[in-house]
Amino acid sequence: MRTFARNLRRGFFYFIRMKIVNQSFKFLVLAVLMFLPTSNFAFNAEVDGGQVSGKQEVEEYIVHHLKDSHDFNLFSYTNDAGERKHFGVALPVILWTSEGLVTFMSSEFHHDDNGQVIVEKDGQKFTKIHSKIYELEKGATAVSFDADHHATNASKVLDFSITKSVVGILLIGLLMLFWFSRLAKQYKTKQIPTGFGRVLEPLVLYVRDEIARPNIGEKHYRKFTGYLLTVFFFIWILNLAGLTPLGFNVTGQLAVTACLAIFTLVIYTASGNKDYWMHILWMPGVPIFVKPILAVIELVGAFIIKPFSLLVRLFANISAGHIVLMSLIAIMFTLKDSLGTVGATSLSFVLSFFLLLIELLVAFLQAYIFTMLSALFIGMAVAEHDHEHEDHGHEVSSDVEDVRGDFI
Amino acid sequence: METLLNDFSPGLFVVSTILMLALIALMVKFAWKPILSSLNEREEGIQGALDAAEKAKREMANLQADNQRLLQEARLERETMLKEARELKTKMIADAEEEAKMQANKMIAQAQEAIVSEKKAAMAELKSHVAGLSLDIAEKVVRNELSNKDKQLELVESMLGEATLN
Repeated sequence: MRTFARNLRRGFFYFIRMKIVNQSFKFLVLAVLMFLPTSNFAFNAEVDGGQVSGKQEVEEYIVHHLKDSHDFNLFSYTNDAGERKHFGVALPVILWTSEGLVTFMSSEFHHDDNGQVIVEKDGQKFTKIHSKIYELEKGATAVSFDADHHATNASKVLDFSITKSVVGILLIGLLMLFWFSRLAKQYKTKQIPTGFGRVLEPLVLYVRDEIARPNIGEKHYRKFTGYLLTVFFFIWILNLAGLTPLGFNVTGQLAVTACLAIFTLVIYTASGNKDYWMHILWMPGVPIFVKPILAVIELVGAFIIKPFSLLVRLFANISAGHIVLMSLIAIMFTLKDSLGTVGATSLSFVLSFFLLLIELLVAFLQAYIFTMLSALFIGMAVAEHDHEHEDHGHEVSSDVEDVRGDFI
Repeated sequence: METLLNDFSPGLFVVSTILMLALIALMVKFAWKPILSSLNEREEGIQGALDAAEKAKREMANLQADNQRLLQEARLERETMLKEARELKTKMIADAEEEAKMQANKMIAQAQEAIVSEKKAAMAELKSHVAGLSLDIAEKVVRNELSNKDKQLELVESMLGEATLN
């Protein structure tokens, strides 16, 4: 194992020395290496589920993968002695407990996820159950569960840990910052970018010309393009990262999609003009007794339905993609008995290959839809209605309703 | 729904919000603003260049039209000049002919006058010559007649006879 790690690291340096790889890949490698000194590779025999083979285990494994994790596990295996070994990076755990801030490395949980390993820190006891960290009540030495497998003597703590998703956000954020600031720098010396910038420029133009400009309008689009570009590339690159064996599931975390949706909500609420609020609170051109009813509907639409449609769509699509892809990969184990090793493996390969192609499309599509709808909502908030036609606003919103209907 | 709410991690929400805010701020400052303004500048540059090219094209067309017009004018001028020259030539020839004819007529008239006057002179000379000749002849004849007396009488008689007849 250690030789493998050494080989891997030597391989990385070899790549860098040979300068075969392009700049961006080098950066990715450097970013990974940056995390290595703070990490301690965990090679302990563990108490988790062991090898995954049965249907039940596959299901549990997928559910486990969909959740955020406190360490960056690349792969696990069982060695000849029957020990379970994990290869990956431990990440810092940062908790806000009843007695203040507590930090330790996630390796202290020893890959346990069932509340069996108790970590004592500053006189408090912590355990991890289904990717959530619980603080044990005073005096308790082990977690007791009720019939629904809920902990009875432990409570959840606010968990600001650098989890795998946070690492993903940081990595992708740095990558984006690196790529696009380099592109920005290129324009100082030349009119047309070269190298990787030549790939990025059309994408930037695409978001600006196909998403921001038509949906928000020529007059206001510039103010919001920065946000839309950031969100588009953030979601897209993270979706793609989720398809790599690194196994990120950042855009499949409700907390992350909620954060993005709330950003959009805040932006279009803050930039809404008088017309926008008029159309929500006191819809012109309808009988007076309908106005309050419409106001309630519009308020619910603006503050609950719109952000929820954004956050749930992204979350559900990416989660579903991960579930289906992992299930197809799991065909290798689950159908081994009926199809034989070769049959099950090749079936799994073929199916997951085609699903991966679809998921590549979905990765882009979801980034596009999220950005597009954000732009649309912002566009509705800043649109300047022509008061000659009182029903103009209805037309716009009914169009929006149609579009939304297509996407939901 | 309960599992969903259970899966929602407030800590991750806070951390991702902070990171996203930082990312958006950094991206806007270091990437999007310079990129978008450079792209805008470039697009405006391209638009300007296109407009300039269009203008140059139009000017070129104008220039060409001017040239064409000048050429046309020059051609017309040449034609009129040629025409005038041709007319001048015919006129000059006609004039010359006229003059020549007049000169010839004048010369003919002079010649005729000269001929007439020569003729008159010749006639006068001839007359005087003939008169002298006749006088000589008459003198000889008379001298011959008067030498014979009978003949003189005869003559007187014939002359008298003539005189009575008159």
